[in-house]
Amino acid sequence: MNETTSQTLLVIGAGIAGMTAALEAAEAGRNVILVEREPSVGGRVLRIHNYFPKLCPPSCGMEINVRRLEKNPRIKVFMASQVTGMERGAKGWSVKITRAPQYVNQSCTTCGDCSKVCPAKISDAFNLGMNETPAIRLPHADAWPRIFSLDRTACPDGCKACFEACKYNAINLDAAETEETAEVGAVVNATGWKPYPLENLSELGGGLFKDVIANVHFERLASPSGPTGGKILRPSDGQAPKKIAFVQCAGSRDVNHLPYCSAVCCLASLKHAMYAKDQLPDAEVTIYYIDLRAPGRTEDMLTRAKQLEGVTLVKGKVGEVKQDGAGLKLRLEDVESGIMKEPTVDMVVLATGMVPNLKEEKQLFGLTLDDDGFGLDDPAASVFVAGVAKRPEDVASSVRDATGAAAKAAVAAERSA
Amino acid sequence: MNNVGVFLCTGCQIGAAVNTDELEKLATGEGAKTFFKHDCLCSAEGVAAIHKAVDEGTNGILIAACSLRIKVNEFRFDPMKVSVERMSLREQVAWSHPHGDEDTQMLAEDLLRMSMARIKKNTLPTSLKETIDRTVLVVGGGVAGLNAAQAAADLGNPVVLVDSAEKLGGYMAGVKDAVPERPPYNALAKNEIGELVSSVENHQSIRFFGKTKITSISGQPGQFNVELETPSGAETFMAGAIVQATGSHPYDASKLTDLGFGASPDVITSADLESMITGGELKRPSDGAVPKRITFIQCAGSRNADHLPYCSSECCVTTLRHVNAIKRDFPSVECAVIYRDMRTPGQLEHFYLATQEQSGCMFTRGENTTVEAGSNGAPVVKFDNKLLGEQSELQSDMVVLAVGMVPNSADSESIRQLADAKSRIAKNKSETQVKQATELAESLAPHEGTEILNLNYRQGPDLPVLRYNFPDSHYICFPYETRRTGIYAAGTLRAPMDASQAAEDGWGAAFKAVQCIYTASQGEAVHPRAGDVSIANFFLQRCTQCKRCTEECPFGAINEDEKGTPQYNPLRCRRCGTCLGTCPERIINFPEFSVDAVGSMIKAMEVPNEDEEKPRILVFMCENDALPAMDEAAARGMSWNPWMRIIPVRCLGAVNVIWIADAMSGGIDGVLLLGCKSGDDYQCHYMTGSKLANTRMANVSETLDRLSLESERVRIVEIARNEFDRIPQIFEDFAEKIDELGPNPMKGF
Repeated sequence: MNETTSQTLLVIGAGIAGMTAALEAAEAGRNVILVEREPSVGGRVLRIHNYFPKLCPPSCGMEINVRRLEKNPRIKVFMASQVTGMERGAKGWSVKITRAPQYVNQSCTTCGDCSKVCPAKISDAFNLGMNETPAIRLPHADAWPRIFSLDRTACPDGCKACFEACKYNAINLDAAETEETAEVGAVVNATGWKPYPLENLSELGGGLFKDVIANVHFERLASPSGPTGGKILRPSDGQAPKKIAFVQCAGSRDVNHLPYCSAVCCLASLKHAMYAKDQLPDAEVTIYYIDLRAPGRTEDMLTRAKQLEGVTLVKGKVGEVKQDGAGLKLRLEDVESGIMKEPTVDMVVLATGMVPNLKEEKQLFGLTLDDDGFGLDDPAASVFVAGVAKRPEDVASSVRDATGAAAKAAVAAERSA
Repeated sequence: MNNVGVFLCTGCQIGAAVNTDELEKLATGEGAKTFFKHDCLCSAEGVAAIHKAVDEGTNGILIAACSLRIKVNEFRFDPMKVSVERMSLREQVAWSHPHGDEDTQMLAEDLLRMSMARIKKNTLPTSLKETIDRTVLVVGGGVAGLNAAQAAADLGNPVVLVDSAEKLGGYMAGVKDAVPERPPYNALAKNEIGELVSSVENHQSIRFFGKTKITSISGQPGQFNVELETPSGAETFMAGAIVQATGSHPYDASKLTDLGFGASPDVITSADLESMITGGELKRPSDGAVPKRITFIQCAGSRNADHLPYCSSECCVTTLRHVNAIKRDFPSVECAVIYRDMRTPGQLEHFYLATQEQSGCMFTRGENTTVEAGSNGAPVVKFDNKLLGEQSELQSDMVVLAVGMVPNSADSESIRQLADAKSRIAKNKSETQVKQATELAESLAPHEGTEILNLNYRQGPDLPVLRYNFPDSHYICFPYETRRTGIYAAGTLRAPMDASQAAEDGWGAAFKAVQCIYTASQGEAVHPRAGDVSIANFFLQRCTQCKRCTEECPFGAINEDEKGTPQYNPLRCRRCGTCLGTCPERIINFPEFSVDAVGSMIKAMEVPNEDEEKPRILVFMCENDALPAMDEAAARGMSWNPWMRIIPVRCLGAVNVIWIADAMSGGIDGVLLLGCKSGDDYQCHYMTGSKLANTRMANVSETLDRLSLESERVRIVEIARNEFDRIPQIFEDFAEKIDELGPNPMKGF
């Protein structure tokens, strides 16, 4: 076995785990096929304003990763693509990759002329639907590949405005789905997660009241590239909130929703409290929790949050959120005092957990899932799982996991060669 | 380069923003042998024209189009044959400045002059293909080390595994059960460390040396020369990369007097309990009786500013494992757990729930816990019961302190300082010096003999440690990276974690080691400039042995000979340019990034007379964070002051103060440095670059003051990658300051 292998690894998902798995394998001399469903890489992490505990932007590390990715000749990237077929082959797996119609091709210079003339508006998926964007647009400012993307379903009948505006022959409105097959020696599944749906948490006002939002929305509100240009504002009236409540374990550690702990929400809320205090020094922030989970040196976040004036940490699981005039009324038992409390606030942020995308997807490569929908490694089939597809975990853990999974896949690929 | 072609794009509004005919005249005037203009240079036609020129002998390609971050592959050429410079007419000019304006045109022309000056100075790299040894040295035979050894061997590399202990297995070898890793995650699992040990012992590619110490490691990735002291004598071999997995040790319980350790023999640590469970005998130390009630105290030492400020991550889960083992082996024993926050992330929540449901298990949230010996000598646990809101007392037969973990790292910097102090004492030059050195040596005495890797590096014998003594460098995005190239930390050495995480970590770190060996064999840099084939050139004839480069290299890539002359190790080098930035003699240069080239760019700037009221500001900008932020600002249609002349750099640590002197003496009115955040939570990809830049600029201020130039003419601003919205204001604020200061009095000299 050596580095000049002919075996190829298939990595599904180009979030932080998939990117890492692909990059580490390719830089170790392995050939990699990286398949991503979205039109650009980065997955969930690029929607985060700052990472805990350093409060540094994800785009900083991603800038380096993109640079590593785009010039590495050993990685073949399939964007806006999905693995749609697979069968065991002589040397691993024979896979079919289906690419969505590529209406905007590599000739795009991101000049933006098409966006300016596009009459159709769509919900901006990058900002979790909190604003609208033209149907043809750069998916987000840090998008790689740096080409525009068109949501063709939104085009008015017969509209060719973008095509006519493009000076660079980058648009083909008649593009069709394409299909390719490939032989791969092993697979890393890094298909990530989605937030637990707000609507499932109606007892906490999720999906019912405008000012009850999820932690992932709060992240976008704090980001300069978000729907408010980085201003933390109440969705109902666009005013800065004076009292914000963070409800931990909103869906997690709850047999009626997700029985597991989502591992990152405590730290996310501590971080959000810091965003809030940084921007709105007079705001009163309260975090209602069961246990505050800040492992390793992320404990520093908790230590810092405790020192912030106007940030209160209350042990107690919120049972109910109701509209109360212009505000929102919470109901909970303060565990420490044993008193039932009914505080009223301007904005409620539900610390919703992570649901593995694998849970609702067609099972690829015969992968076994646990009861919660997380994937289990299958060394016999040369299929490995990385990142939140495997377990709820933070970015540092996902990177660790993905590097190890790539190594295991590289070994398995050689064995089946 | 001696045959420069300028390839100018007029698309994406560039043609509308500036007079490209003037730019063509200027390019030719500046010595371009080829000039090509296209309305879409990145199109197949445009790119083909560049390739044609290369085929016809052009060896310096200046792409006057978009940012260096855009269309990277379209404008990529063999770096061994062609030098490419990118000049951002789109983001830096057309998208951020008014079209057709005089100032906009001047900006574009200056950029062209500067880029021409630079590319003419560029040279081509020479290939760095050396003989590489593919052996991975794994230090530490615990869970992380065993997995690293197994992984590296399975990946096809020879492995040498060393441990100070005689046998493999580490902490987990003394543990009976494992925490569940597979569904339904609700009961103890089999500890498979024995199987792993025998797999490693029987692996034909792995050699294990027990009871062994590393006496010396010299060289560089791909060429480490390792010397061991084994029970059967010295052993010497070559290794390509190293995984350090030396683990952790339990926090010293004797410091936990408030938790009764030492006051009562029946207060023990979780490690003590581990031996009892493994040995199959649960006996309280005072009288050997089986305890009826055991109280576990979580966070014993962890999450405490006086002890370990961090959370040790695995103690909650370890206590669950212990409680389950006791309930299985000694069902009548009652277990109480006093915790601050139970930390059982992810699927481990199932394990927590299942444990809670067992009879005779009580979990209580408590703070300010203390333990005293009661009247009968048995320990009494007192705590603020946070579930009942009152003071509680628990009579216990035995108390188990869930002590945290302390990394088995060595403080390289302190060891080095100790050695320096000792050598100063030995030299005995002056009484004061000896006195100071003696004091220092005394304060550093605990570091005596704590070396682990024994690297023959000028900057010390081990991995530098950061906060809480973990030897990492970018623990979120790039967790295996350390500040020593080719040496990767794994397991509880680098972060608190449990055994299953340490196992994964061993695989990850091993892959990084294997990758580093592969990269070295290709003559390429590793992270973050992966694939870079150029290395620094040291013109040693002019070296004054000032030792700045050897001290400041963030990666310890440069050794010294006895006289203090730098000895560069290219395979340790990450190409950040910190050495170039610090060298006062300008003798350290890269083929495409030299002191002279940047100096020439500064000299190429046109500096208008003071009566023209067009100040000029030179901006050094980190290309990893500040530059992308600026690109984003431009893409969003923001505009800014036209006096800025931007030079992207690999890192602010690569900014040589000579350039600032050049700029000031050339009549440039101000110099702005835009880079990453420094400090404990630094965002610099090279760790110390922005910090070094701050130090150097403080020194520059003094120099400026001496020259009667206001020190405010040089400013350093830290910006994060996502703070694009600050860019225009940062420029405007500095421009206002320069306006206030008035023209540089050196103008025209």
